[in-house]
Amino acid sequence: MDYAKLTQKARLRSRVIKGITYTLLTVWGIFVLFPFYWMLLTSLKSQGAYYSETVPAFITLNPTLENFKTAFTGVNLGRYFLNTAIFTLVTTAIMLVVTVLAAFGFSRLQFRGKNLVFTLFLALMMIPSELVVITNFVTVTNLDLRNTFTGLILPSVTSVFYIYLLKENFSQIPDELYYAAKVDGTSDFKYLWKVMVPICKPTIVTVTILKVIECWNSFVWPRLITTDPDYFLVSGGIQQIRESGFGRDNVPAMMAAVVAISAPLIVLFLIFRKKIMEGVARGGTKG
Amino acid sequence: MKVTLENLTKVFPGRGKGAKEVIAVNDFSFEIPDGKLIGLLGPSGCGKSTMLNLLSGLLTPTKGKIFFGEDDVTALPPEHRGVGLVFQNYALYPHLTVRQNILFPLQNRKGKDKLTKPQMEEMALEAAKLVQIESLMHRKPSELSGGQQQRVAIARALVKMPRILLLDEPLSNLDARLRLQTREELRRIQRATGITTVFVTHDQEEAMSICDEIVVMKEGLLQQMGEPQQVYDDPANHFVASFLGTPPINQFAGTVKGGKLYIGDQAVLPVPGVSDQAVTVGIRPEGFVLQENGAFTCQLKAVEVMGRDITVLSTHEACTAPAIRSIITAESRVDTAKPTVSFDLKPHKVLLFDENGERIRF
Amino acid sequence: MEKRNLKGWLYLLPAILFLGVFMVYPLIDVFIYSFEEGYNSAAQTSFGTGLYNYGKVLRDPYFLQALKNTLILVLITVPVSTGLALLISVGLSSIQKVRNLYQTVYFLPYVTNTLAVGMVFMILFKKTEYSDGLVNMILSWFGVGAIDFIDGHYWAKMLTLCIYTVWVVMPFKVLVLTSALASVKQDYYNAARVDGTSRLRIFTRITLPMISPTVFYLVITGFIGAFKAYSDAVALFGTELNVAGMNTIVGYIYDQLYSGGGYPSYASAAAIILFAIVLTITCINLLVSRKHVHYS
Repeated sequence: MDYAKLTQKARLRSRVIKGITYTLLTVWGIFVLFPFYWMLLTSLKSQGAYYSETVPAFITLNPTLENFKTAFTGVNLGRYFLNTAIFTLVTTAIMLVVTVLAAFGFSRLQFRGKNLVFTLFLALMMIPSELVVITNFVTVTNLDLRNTFTGLILPSVTSVFYIYLLKENFSQIPDELYYAAKVDGTSDFKYLWKVMVPICKPTIVTVTILKVIECWNSFVWPRLITTDPDYFLVSGGIQQIRESGFGRDNVPAMMAAVVAISAPLIVLFLIFRKKIMEGVARGGTKG
Repeated sequence: MKVTLENLTKVFPGRGKGAKEVIAVNDFSFEIPDGKLIGLLGPSGCGKSTMLNLLSGLLTPTKGKIFFGEDDVTALPPEHRGVGLVFQNYALYPHLTVRQNILFPLQNRKGKDKLTKPQMEEMALEAAKLVQIESLMHRKPSELSGGQQQRVAIARALVKMPRILLLDEPLSNLDARLRLQTREELRRIQRATGITTVFVTHDQEEAMSICDEIVVMKEGLLQQMGEPQQVYDDPANHFVASFLGTPPINQFAGTVKGGKLYIGDQAVLPVPGVSDQAVTVGIRPEGFVLQENGAFTCQLKAVEVMGRDITVLSTHEACTAPAIRSIITAESRVDTAKPTVSFDLKPHKVLLFDENGERIRF
Repeated sequence: MEKRNLKGWLYLLPAILFLGVFMVYPLIDVFIYSFEEGYNSAAQTSFGTGLYNYGKVLRDPYFLQALKNTLILVLITVPVSTGLALLISVGLSSIQKVRNLYQTVYFLPYVTNTLAVGMVFMILFKKTEYSDGLVNMILSWFGVGAIDFIDGHYWAKMLTLCIYTVWVVMPFKVLVLTSALASVKQDYYNAARVDGTSRLRIFTRITLPMISPTVFYLVITGFIGAFKAYSDAVALFGTELNVAGMNTIVGYIYDQLYSGGGYPSYASAAAIILFAIVLTITCINLLVSRKHVHYS
């Protein structure tokens, strides 16, 4: 056997494979990033410039912020933002309280029927939201809660998965801590608040961020029960812009709105990149 | 297959910012004779596993060369080296049966080396027979005991008739009894196949008991290489002397003056030809002879009767350990009523080291 | 003891209330609705109980179109996205440099608003009077004539929808697969390399069996997710999906809630049909997996 030749051949092979790998990964990276680039680029082109391009241009020499002004004045985009922010904050806050209390009940307290209820909870994780949305729609309609924040928020609160996630985390805290606190006369609620919540802060943060993302992007439920633009969230807003607003004849302004809508979450993602990716890898699914 | 290492060096870049690089293997040169069982021995972190990975080709050296026979394989990737490698945790594929695990390396062959199915089955069965697992062929690894898994791993490494067999801490995951049994087994298999075998261990007893030669490493540096008994009797330096032997060698601070070795103010042994200096004295436990009015007197602490021999525990202010262990014949009688005990020393069991830990021969 | 029991329930009470009102009750109610024939929200009337709603939905050409669209979408995007995600995560696992950067970039679509970014895809694919759009421009380099991907031929629109769906679901799959790959011990690869195993064989005989539970999980969730496709279609083709001929089952369900004052009974029947399909497919998946998935 010619070892020098073998060595060289193997080296060449591994280089070629490496080259192919990087090429593939880069191509996919471009495919992923390109829409983001394009929306930013388009949002900076002036309306006149955009509509005079018969062949799309990959750069713009005269960037303008005019479109952002149009986006926020043409429709009440600021209002949509505010609505979404209120919706996201309140929903997430209620969800956190409900989830933390339930997770504590399941992980720490002993009472009859606990295991049965927990099994039922887990079973609920399998239920697709499409099945329950219909009745919720009718319920909210009958209660005259359409086009209200109450109607928007209440059905969006519960997430069985987050209760499960947090309960698993709570259960990892050793019993000794609880007994020690009991001996010291700490109440259950104080123990939860002063010991468990601080220890499990990473999971709670993860759950919070995931819920914020979910709320910010939610479209189906808000679209069903809001018909009054005063209660539109950003998703519904952008749909409105596209179908009956300036989106029909001012694509750059629509892209400006898209950029404005996407930016907060992208910033949030870049800050909490690790936490978000870990949380999602642990079993979050979109929608 | 003879294996030759020439100035082999492996440097790992430091992890994190400003971290220093780690020299795992430092300028190693030695020759592994054909058909021998070699033990790579050293405390954990001494670079012995890195060494093994350099031999297998999973790592490429920073500097130096590796030869298998006359062939330079330094940069040859592992798949072309024809080595068999047994991992510390065996790395048996959990989703394949024992038979499929052993067949796996054979099925990789391509072109003119390709084997027919009956050929492969025959070779697999042969390898299984060699390690006595032929009755377990259809089980999954998870259904086997540690010792059985270990045998499967060896069979998988042997089935392709490797030029060199490498074993990484092969016994460390077994319980004590199984370990004794398996190391005899290793010896038997190595003898039966005649394959040059290198095995890595931090357990000196394991290495000494079955190896033809041992290589002692410390912090990436070769300390000594030789037959186990020879390395034990004639260690090159303080580290080798203290690393080999159970119970470990007794160590004292001593001085040489006028051709005599002093421990404390007792002249314990004539050491002709050694210049006057402070030395570290190592005395093997079996280097003591009980002798009334002997040259070396210690404070008697306890006597442990083991049946075959007697261990005398004593103290001396020059000793670096809390107790001196001396093993003497069972016929000796120690007067436990007396506060002291005296010995004569066997000259070839007394080892002197200078302040750099280098051996001073006399 | 009594007091402790009470306390435990007290902590669960908010969760039970929310889940009871917005999940358990609706779950029961949806079945009731589905048997109330032709119930109309506005008129508050129905004309009896029975299976009429199911028959009506199953004969509705809009539903059949939505069913066909959804099935095509599922059959194309699940295999394509799973295969592509495998390829990309294996590639990603084999490199060290800039791996984190790539991982971050690949995950980006997960956190973006499906609807908003869908508009960008629409712009990229759309053919208008003033411009053929970017995708057509690229196609023209290869000598392909302009195609209207948004308002044109059915398969052109379907292709756009599939591409966008794959783009949307990839981040989750790549992330999950990459972490599954990272959990395979390096020793197995080393053992295989020493034994001279080719890369392809390492992938098919070692990597794939070892991560098969994850792949299977992705296939199942992929099927479920793809069957529920809706907002991606809205983003590309607008809310009038029936007009565009690109409606999905979920889209059909929501349309029923709105049309003619609202027909929750038809919507319920459609939702239960969807649920039955998804359940059947999941069961088939489970059966198939028993033979091919290795659980350690």
